Amino acid sequence: MIEIKNLHARVDDKEILKGLSLTIPNGEVHAIMGPNGAGKSTLANVISGKDGYEITEGDILFHGQSVLEMEPEERAHLGLFLAFQYPVEIPGVNSMTFLRTALNAKRKANGEAELDGAEFLRIVKTAMKNLKIKDDFLKRSVNVGFSGGEKKRFEILQMQVLSPTFAVLDETDSGLDIDALKVVAEGVNMLRDPSRSFLVITHYQRLLDYIEPDVVHILADGKIQKTGDKNLALELEEKGYDAVIGDAA
Amino acid sequence: MPAMSNDTYGSKEATSGDYQYGFATDIEMEYAPKGLNEDIIRFISAKKNEPEWMLEWRLKSYKIWKSKAEPKWAMVDYPPIDFNDIYYYAAPKSQEDGPKSLDEVDPELLRTYEKLGIPLHEQEILAGVAVDAVFDSVSVATTFKDKLAEAGVIFCPISEAIQEHPELIQKYLGSVVPQTDNAYAALNGAVFTDGSFVYIPEGVRCPMELSTYFRINALNTGQFERTLIIADKGSYVSYLEGCTAPMRDENQLHAAVVELVALDDAEIKYSTVQNWYPGNEEGKGGIYNFVTKRADCIGKNSKVTWIQVETGSAITWKYPSCILTGDGSSGKFLSVAVTRLKQQADTGSKMIHIGKNTKSTIISKGISAERGENTYRGRVAVMNSAKGARNYTQCDSMLIGNNCAAHTVPYIDVKTSDAQVEHEATTSKISEEQMFYLRQRGMTEEDAVSMIVNGFAKDVLQELPMEFAVEAQKLLGITLENSVG
Ligand SMILES: Nc1ncnc2c1ncn2[C@@H]1O[C@H](COP(=O)(O)OP(=O)(O)OP(=O)(O)O)[C@@H](O)[C@H]1O
Ligand SMILES: [Mg+2]
Repeated sequence: MIEIKNLHARVDDKEILKGLSLTIPNGEVHAIMGPNGAGKSTLANVISGKDGYEITEGDILFHGQSVLEMEPEERAHLGLFLAFQYPVEIPGVNSMTFLRTALNAKRKANGEAELDGAEFLRIVKTAMKNLKIKDDFLKRSVNVGFSGGEKKRFEILQMQVLSPTFAVLDETDSGLDIDALKVVAEGVNMLRDPSRSFLVITHYQRLLDYIEPDVVHILADGKIQKTGDKNLALELEEKGYDAVIGDAA
Repeated sequence: MPAMSNDTYGSKEATSGDYQYGFATDIEMEYAPKGLNEDIIRFISAKKNEPEWMLEWRLKSYKIWKSKAEPKWAMVDYPPIDFNDIYYYAAPKSQEDGPKSLDEVDPELLRTYEKLGIPLHEQEILAGVAVDAVFDSVSVATTFKDKLAEAGVIFCPISEAIQEHPELIQKYLGSVVPQTDNAYAALNGAVFTDGSFVYIPEGVRCPMELSTYFRINALNTGQFERTLIIADKGSYVSYLEGCTAPMRDENQLHAAVVELVALDDAEIKYSTVQNWYPGNEEGKGGIYNFVTKRADCIGKNSKVTWIQVETGSAITWKYPSCILTGDGSSGKFLSVAVTRLKQQADTGSKMIHIGKNTKSTIISKGISAERGENTYRGRVAVMNSAKGARNYTQCDSMLIGNNCAAHTVPYIDVKTSDAQVEHEATTSKISEEQMFYLRQRGMTEEDAVSMIVNGFAKDVLQELPMEFAVEAQKLLGITLENSVG
């Protein structure tokens, strides 16, 4: 369960999150929609502990524990995963090595034994099959020269391998063709279970046909302006932000 | 775009790292008196039981040295060296009669090498690697000598080669780096004390990696090693050197000369992992690493590769080079140089194309952190005779933080019209976005930096012999561990 309470966050003296509250119980998928510049990625970054944001008020609780003072890697070890809107290139670093280092770092932090090559390979191969990723793909450097769609697919692969308890997906659907969208959505749905929750950030109602959310929020001007069920996304698609949330858009 | 996308990582204050090899060995030593003069040279020569011709050669070097000023063109800054305040000979007393069989090596020395991760007991050693261990001025042990001898390979301290293989020494010593080359080379010629000698006979593929491990221990002592490797026709050898020194507040001088000779169709791969003590964050102490390394590809289609991973030394002045004399010969220089604390490195390569259709490749990866200064200095010269010569040079610099610097100084000098010479250079920084991405995936700040830096240096690291590639990766990680945060 993740609870965000009256969160205020600034960048360079500009307030971007202005009192945002949101609770996602275990097992639920919440979607966030909102106009460009509303603060969606900022929220994802602040939850994950990225440097450069000043939290002036409020709190973020992860399974009842405040994470505000934790380093990004500590939050990751607790089971938080962020699928990036813009996955980052790491030249010269083999994707397989990267995945293995990430998984073992998490296991080590949680007092589990590091996986040997064979065990690790089994996990990765399964995830690759799920996401229809070709074998030689992971020999390439992390995100270097990946197409937009490949980058997003690789994010979901990482999510499957790291098996988080709470995942934030920041516009994972942007740039995906229709087949890839289905594959990725399926990759998310496979992980849905009562102990796991998701926050799915998207601009398009279409994604929510494949990943059915329990709750839909509209974020604008640094706050949740409206909350509803999946029909809210349909209404938004039909009428636009102005009509649904008025001035805040 | 997301927040902070253009920000770079690592601009915070530097901290000094722990240098894990900084211990000193307490062992009874024999020294020649401090200072440099003809008597000292005669003393060294006598200690090594050298023939008259060797002494003459040394004295000639000394005369040349006296007439030469230290090179000043490098982008490094240090107070004048008092050459009379240095010991030119320091040897563990127990080793007075030169290297013995391993059973007779002083246990204190064996322990020292063990602590350095270089066990000299053959049964414990990395399988397939023969080691020559040089402690201050003498070689203390050479392993696997017998096995190598079966293949006809000579691998021994150079002092021994002077006794046992004078014809090879007289023919090749100074043939690649003449005594007149530069002041440090002349100095080395006068006072060199030990180093390794390798001869691979015609058609022999050396059955194991050869490696020399240099350790400077004694205070105020210079290490002047001399290495000579000769690969006869159609032979192959891969050689690796490693270096460490204790942490001391005084600077110590290391002025080595390495000469490689490759005959027709021969190939030499020379790898260095240099981790001399770098000094502290204020620039106090550390090794002055003033080294002349050069290969002569005299044979047709011969091949030499220099690979270096340089993380240590207060000052590095070093340009492993290839003279491509033989037609169709090729030279490669692959380098990763890290400067942090207040380290200064001026390093690169010279490729001199003389023969027809000669080829050279230079890949230099400079990493600067804290207040480190990193200069790539290279020269590609294509003589009129070198028809069809080709060179490719790539210099990449990575900066961590805002107080370090990287410079690239390529000289290109082409005298024939059909040569092809390419030069590429990039400068990059570790971005906040990269750091956040890796940390979000659970890696610590140190592991993230290590991963990014190793990725940056991959083109070079992957060329190292397997056993050492892993070590080198770890070394890069450990070296930069304290440069972050
Ligand atoms: N470092 C920064 N300095 C100044 N403003 C910033 C910084 N980072 C983000 N912002 C601003 O904060 C606001 C929210 O940005 P954010 O990336 O969270 O939007 P978003 O909702 O994810 O938009 P999109 O749908 O386009 O991805 C934007 O107006 C953006 O310009
Ligand atoms: Mg966004």
